[in-house]
Amino acid sequence: MSIKKISNIQPESFEFSKENLTEAEKEIRKYPKDRKASAILALLFLVQKQNDNWIPLAAIKYVAKFLGVPYIQVYEVSTFYSMFNLTPVGKYFVQICTTTPCMMRGSKKIVDICKKHISKNPYELSENKLCSWTEVECLGACVNAPMMQINQDYFEDLDENRTEEIIQTLLDDKLPKPGSAKNRKNTAPEKGKTTLLEVKNA
Amino acid sequence: MLKDEDRIFKNLYNDLGWDIESAVTRGDWSQTKDHISKGKDWIIKEIKDSELRGRGGAGFPTGLKLSFAPKRVGSRPHYLVINADESEPGTCKDRDILRFEPQKLIEGCLITSYAISAHTCYIYIRGEYFREGQILQEAINQSYQKNFLGKNACDSGWNLDIYLHYGAGAYICGEETALLESLEGKKGLPRLKPPFPALVGLYGCPTIVNNVETIAVVPTILRRGAKWFASLGKPKNTGTKIFCISGDVNNPCNVEEEMSIPLKDLIEKHAGGVVGGWNNLQAVIPGGSSMPLLPKSVCETIEMDFDSLIKAKSGLGTAGVVVINKDQDIIKCIARIAKFYKHESCGQCTPCREGCGWMWRMLERMAEGDATYKEIDLLYDVTKQIEGHTICAFGEGAAWPVQGLLRHFRKEIEKRSHEEPVIKKKSNIPYLIDQHLLEKDSA
Repeated sequence: MSIKKISNIQPESFEFSKENLTEAEKEIRKYPKDRKASAILALLFLVQKQNDNWIPLAAIKYVAKFLGVPYIQVYEVSTFYSMFNLTPVGKYFVQICTTTPCMMRGSKKIVDICKKHISKNPYELSENKLCSWTEVECLGACVNAPMMQINQDYFEDLDENRTEEIIQTLLDDKLPKPGSAKNRKNTAPEKGKTTLLEVKNA
Repeated sequence: MLKDEDRIFKNLYNDLGWDIESAVTRGDWSQTKDHISKGKDWIIKEIKDSELRGRGGAGFPTGLKLSFAPKRVGSRPHYLVINADESEPGTCKDRDILRFEPQKLIEGCLITSYAISAHTCYIYIRGEYFREGQILQEAINQSYQKNFLGKNACDSGWNLDIYLHYGAGAYICGEETALLESLEGKKGLPRLKPPFPALVGLYGCPTIVNNVETIAVVPTILRRGAKWFASLGKPKNTGTKIFCISGDVNNPCNVEEEMSIPLKDLIEKHAGGVVGGWNNLQAVIPGGSSMPLLPKSVCETIEMDFDSLIKAKSGLGTAGVVVINKDQDIIKCIARIAKFYKHESCGQCTPCREGCGWMWRMLERMAEGDATYKEIDLLYDVTKQIEGHTICAFGEGAAWPVQGLLRHFRKEIEKRSHEEPVIKKKSNIPYLIDQHLLEKDSA
């Protein structure tokens, strides 16, 4: 089980923007009419999108009211799932996979680079308040290890140089180009394919 | 080696494009209407004859599972739920299907939904796969435009709507009943079974939950015939499988191969061999982190299928092959897996909630050489008290890798352990406290 900290500094109120309001209604329509609670996860994601990657308590209350479900249910959900941040994490949130397949291919070096350039501790904002980092469990890109996720994008096949570059770009308030650092084609073997050599759209 | 023409996922590396036009030229959505017109029983019989087994880990026969759905729709609607919550360390096969072969999955959803009389299908995709989800949503939209989904989908007379539902980073939601809880907007806590989801599932309605890869191969099985699929691999372990080879190999990759391929072939031919040569191999985790590891002696000859691996006291699981060579500290590797399970335990059952942390702390001490001989047996005892004493299979998944380590690498642990406990500075801390909380750098 993971431990979640709830931020000491909380905004007074929260409301969806017009655009997110339509998005939210679209999400609710995916589920049967009397099963609005199903949209809790989707709505919390919208909150995170609107509120710089984190969910304030006011937003939890707002979502509960919006869906007509008990406050505690939304609170429970937001503390249970690891992707919901209840403290500010900055505009760029770096998540480094450190589970065994990534660990074996050197994720520790990547963690060290983040410690050096972003902040000493996980979930701690960088000096310019733009960035924070954390170690996470398997992100499901094991054949492209080591890898990290920044906001929604995957950065794969990392080495020390490329990671330093990426982190520097983030600290300059720019999002670097996602994908493989070795210009490898997706999950194909790096030194040439062994299968699907002559496939065509026939 | 499997011929390219027998591979189901021709766009595994996205050489050909994932859009619907490219997919249709590759043969997707051909004969779909004919297959559906042959009726539900024919579809289920064909899947049964192909001996397809679920690709999500447990290897349950898919045809049988589909036949569990009630034959007639009663007062409650039926649902099909696709499990795309791929979080098992070592596994990244579904990701490639979601982003590069989405039409195979969508076509499979239509056929399966028809077979189990469902008009609504939810695809539960893990939240981290945001980009993959975007592609899948776009692919679903394209299918709606072509009239392959929606009312009278693909001219078959069947109505089907597919919705995408994002998870939010909980491994446990890959367990089917936890996934349903999560879909209902609750914490992902597995339910007690029975009743099984086939009768009481999502919103209390009959629900069939299947893995992405299982459903995505269904259209090809129907097109090329159950006989073709059953001719690949060995009896009861048929067809093709996407293997993810990661860890200490020269070219980690995903590759689709025939079931029952020798592990050595898989590593040497496709993944470019073990780093430092075959003799540098220490162990292999054959099926994602929850399967016990295999020592090198077994790796020489083992074939990768459900039954052969069970005989070797392991399992095929999700076919995420993690290769560990002699440069790695094997105890640390398994300790990290134990930490993963400690982090991901949902906390519902005490043996798992407490036991996973206990196993992790003991393994960390064993890796550091701070453990005593007695603790090795104690650790085994803990794994036995977790296994089989929990609501879901997470307990087994957490206990098995540790048991595998003890089975094959006990000598390695003994070498580092002591007769007497090495008392460290923190002797005033009660043993049962989660010690990692007291350390500053992991707070």
